[in-house]
Amino acid sequence: MSVRDMYREVILAHAQDPLHSGKLPDATDCVHRENTSCGDAIDLCAIVKDGVLVDLRYESAGCAISTASASMMTDALIGMTKADAAAMLASFRAFLIEHSELDPKLEELDALEGVRQFPARIKCALLAWQALEEILKKT
Amino acid sequence: MRDVRRDFPILSRTVHGKPLVYLDNAATSQKPTAVIDALDRYYRETNANVHRGLHTLSEAATAAYEDARRKVARFVHAARPEEIVFVRNTTEGLNLVAHGWARKFLKAGDVVLLTEMEHHSNIVPWHILRDQIGITLRFLRVNDDGTLDLSDLDAALEGVKLVSFMHASNVLGTINPVRQIADAAHAVGAKVLVDGAQGVLQMPVDVGALGCDWYAFSGHKLCAPTGIGALWGRYELLEAMDPFLGGGDMIESVRLEGSTWAEPPARFEAGTPAISEAIGLGAAVDYLCSIGMAEIQAEDATLTAYALEKLPQVPGLRLLGSAPQRGPVFAFTLAGIHPHDLSALLDEDGIAIRAGHHCAQPLGRRFGVPASARASLAFYNVPEEIDALVTALMGAREMFANVRS
Repeated sequence: MSVRDMYREVILAHAQDPLHSGKLPDATDCVHRENTSCGDAIDLCAIVKDGVLVDLRYESAGCAISTASASMMTDALIGMTKADAAAMLASFRAFLIEHSELDPKLEELDALEGVRQFPARIKCALLAWQALEEILKKT
Repeated sequence: MRDVRRDFPILSRTVHGKPLVYLDNAATSQKPTAVIDALDRYYRETNANVHRGLHTLSEAATAAYEDARRKVARFVHAARPEEIVFVRNTTEGLNLVAHGWARKFLKAGDVVLLTEMEHHSNIVPWHILRDQIGITLRFLRVNDDGTLDLSDLDAALEGVKLVSFMHASNVLGTINPVRQIADAAHAVGAKVLVDGAQGVLQMPVDVGALGCDWYAFSGHKLCAPTGIGALWGRYELLEAMDPFLGGGDMIESVRLEGSTWAEPPARFEAGTPAISEAIGLGAAVDYLCSIGMAEIQAEDATLTAYALEKLPQVPGLRLLGSAPQRGPVFAFTLAGIHPHDLSALLDEDGIAIRAGHHCAQPLGRRFGVPASARASLAFYNVPEEIDALVTALMGAREMFANVRS
């Protein structure tokens, strides 16, 4: 598989027009995460109410893989309970690292399958999810 | 200049089925056969510890190690070989001055003047020292064209005890006016430390003519192995400095109550040094001298002019820095494509470039770009490789642009 195959169209589309990006004025939680080796950064904010991720927004500076992952992640998780989101995080991580099946609720993120062939880029795909993990630990 | 490409075995390999186009020379240079052979020969014929044994091999290894020091001294026009301290790399050289000189002679409130374009290795040691002894840090700003803002140098130098800055930028390509800054610094009694990591392969270096007090550089950016570099310092300054690491080889005499230190450079070379690497550095310097640093500088100028003509032809490409005095280092952004993606795509075409913050985050902030792509050339690159880069950039652009439609 070549690098070009990793950049599936759906990834490029999300990277160029990311969903749910921007500030979240009424956020209950915000976290900042960086990949120190490459400088990619994300500020992920959430409105958590009664254990539900009512809304997620982020501001990020990063490559197509990290941006697309943040875009697809927020799109899939908004409205989920924190417990369900934690299960999604586990599923996505196992999908990338252990090559296991992705939870059907994360269908679109299957486009990141190609990243598994490029170990250096797995951290790009995981950046937003690591931010999510911090959010889930709070409150 | 003669055809030097055949001197570098790695340049004939392919990457993903394409000829390697190595444009990451600011990160590390490739190694000529002369250097690879010197390492091979050393381990096959001479390997022994230095400055210790009285047997044939140890004497030969010691002679070769000290011969390398003489070669490096001549290469930078040091007054004497003892002014060359072997270190691991530029970073260690800079840290050695911070620990051995600045920690000893500076006190709370003394000002160290740095610049906004510095590599992290010339910022972080000073942050550490500031937190330990309370020195004050001040930074010269960078103009939009990538030159240093020297408009009010005299004011910037007020209260300054040490100025530390890079000879050539690893991002902007800018070659800084070392002599001008050094003279102004000396006029107020400040010492001058120069980070020569990028400068040393780009031009002949004469530390006396530059007018600095220390000059640090890495071997691996100079066609030599990794793990070896040098700190040149004026001998009387080295003599005044405290050691950085304690151990074997750096002492005069050790008793249980205390030790006395050896003279420089041994004082700063505790423990078994990087012997083969130092010999490799000597071989690299011999190799470069056989071509001529003036010829290398002229070749760099030709490549730089060609790149500055071709790169702006790529739509959406923004070069960082346009200093008139510059080396063949080109950091840029390409609209719509993150540098990491660009680097990954170019690798597919056999082209090696760097992407990221280039260990100069404050400079990236200054130009509003957290990450950039960087193509950096050396004298063994050819104009056709710049053409290959431009073609690949166009291809990447098309691939990302097609998604919108």
